[in-house]
Amino acid sequence: MSIAERLVPRGPDGTPMTSGSWHIPSMLTSSNGLLRLGRDLGALAADQPVVVLTPDLAFSNGLWAFREQHPDRFLQMGISEQNMVSVAAGLATTGVRPYVAAFSSFLALLCCEQIRTDLAYTELPVRLIGHHAGITFGFYGTSHHATEDIAIMRSIANMTVVAPADPVQMGLALRAYADHPLPVYFRMGRGREPQVYAEDAAFEPGKAIVHSTGSDLTLISGGTTLHATLAAAELLRAAGTDVGVVDLHTVKPIDRDAILAAAGGSRLVMTVEEHNVLGGLGGAVAEVLTEEGVGVPLHRHGIRDEYSLIGPPTHLYQHYRLDAPGIALEAQEWIARRSAR
Amino acid sequence: MELDQAVLDRVRERAHFIRTETVRLISIAKTGHYSSTFSCAEILAALYYDTLRLVPGEPRHPDRDRFLMGKGHAAVGVYPVLADLGYLDREVLDGYTRLGNPLGDHPDMTKVPGIDFSSGSLGHNLSVGLGMALGARQTGRNFLTWVLLGDGEQHEGQIWEAAGVAGHYGVSGLVAVVDRNGYSLDGKVDDVVTVEPLADRWRAFGWDVHEIDGHDVAAVVSTFRRLRDDTGRTRPAVVIAHTVKGKGVGFMERDFGWHLGWLAPEDEAAVYAELEETR
Repeated sequence: MSIAERLVPRGPDGTPMTSGSWHIPSMLTSSNGLLRLGRDLGALAADQPVVVLTPDLAFSNGLWAFREQHPDRFLQMGISEQNMVSVAAGLATTGVRPYVAAFSSFLALLCCEQIRTDLAYTELPVRLIGHHAGITFGFYGTSHHATEDIAIMRSIANMTVVAPADPVQMGLALRAYADHPLPVYFRMGRGREPQVYAEDAAFEPGKAIVHSTGSDLTLISGGTTLHATLAAAELLRAAGTDVGVVDLHTVKPIDRDAILAAAGGSRLVMTVEEHNVLGGLGGAVAEVLTEEGVGVPLHRHGIRDEYSLIGPPTHLYQHYRLDAPGIALEAQEWIARRSAR
Repeated sequence: MELDQAVLDRVRERAHFIRTETVRLISIAKTGHYSSTFSCAEILAALYYDTLRLVPGEPRHPDRDRFLMGKGHAAVGVYPVLADLGYLDREVLDGYTRLGNPLGDHPDMTKVPGIDFSSGSLGHNLSVGLGMALGARQTGRNFLTWVLLGDGEQHEGQIWEAAGVAGHYGVSGLVAVVDRNGYSLDGKVDDVVTVEPLADRWRAFGWDVHEIDGHDVAAVVSTFRRLRDDTGRTRPAVVIAHTVKGKGVGFMERDFGWHLGWLAPEDEAAVYAELEETR
């Protein structure tokens, strides 16, 4: 059965259901960014000995589309995430190029030690794709949320940490890092992120993308919060604040020059991330500013060292001020608090 | 199978070499895993001097058989072999564990030619070996991947994740050897947390199981050769090698505390003498 056929929910007699009913394969039509991931990896497999591994999540992360194209290069590992990461390490020593995809919560947290010891310490070119990062899992709860993965991954030597803003940028990043000799952790959302980048957008490894500059405030973000940050900047501009936005898609190695340029041209800097403010993007930016002796005030906006409430993702983004109005309000309140001093 | 007496004598002699070199190297580090290495000396000697299809001078040759040390704490027994095979300089071996030397208590593949994978965290290497065996399938190569596991290591959950996946896919290119010496750090493995029925566990996961006396050189060599040469196998295989922790040194065989230790020079001399007697 083709992908298109499998995406249609069918009743007991095999006829397509015409109601609003849905099932797991059809979920991919509404989160087609992840279906795209499978296709991007499939395309990459034309040039590289790509092998894809997933722990019983092919219908969740779209790697089913890869399996369709390259059944012999798809390795179903069952629900054995730690085993899967170590298997990928062994595979990498034989000259193939393993791509591992799983929920960020299980990949970066459950498999942290396998990643450190078997991939990073051993300098192996395995690609880790953590999807459904942050709180995108909404009411699935904390077991399925990952607001610690950036902090964990960037403290692992030899690891590169990239958080693409949308599935298009994910595809660009996959290509850009295709020949990188060391492991890379890609942090993705659930594939429903609004598109920020065009298909022909530039992506340079380790090089931040400056969307705009502003003398009052620079918003530094990346990954799942970039779209909302760009929209928040529009709201702030409409309210008279001169705002710039930097896409710091690569948290490690960090683009020091871009951070220093932003800090040099702005009175204030605010980071925005769907991650604990401790150790993530905000922490990484703070380290650079402090080490360089830049005295610009920094506000780290994100999950403030707590576990997320239960709720639909869009409601959670509203609650944690990670949607556009919330990010704009957070910035305005911070600016007001500062001027009230 | 006809086994040449010269082969068996050679393996026996190299097992003795592994034990004496282990004592010598640990005297440099002043702490080490004597007894964990003594229990697998015949296994290591059989693998390196008979079973493994290695390519002299090419420790990274893509068609070589792989050998992984799940029980990485016995690496002190492998380093002298790698030096003997010409992969390591003698001066490097003699600097074991000294500042900046590539040879530590646990093996590092990025620093030591001939080490096929780093280890030290128990439970990982069976999965890594599974990945190598799957890699052989992907790349159309016929090498075998051998993974030496400890019996205490059987506690690790990841072992059984790998065992399940290898059994499911019938990965015949993967061979595990369990050094069933009966002891882990805190005492008898089966008192700490039992791993029995061990053979049945592996069978239940879809593996061919072989049980041997891990110090009977003829049994070790012939079993390993059979697994290597039987190209018709369709399942992964495990050899449960019943061994004695500390084998060759009486007081170590009787006391699990020798999992980690150091011999003062006067005791070291007695140990060399005992190993010489029992070789």
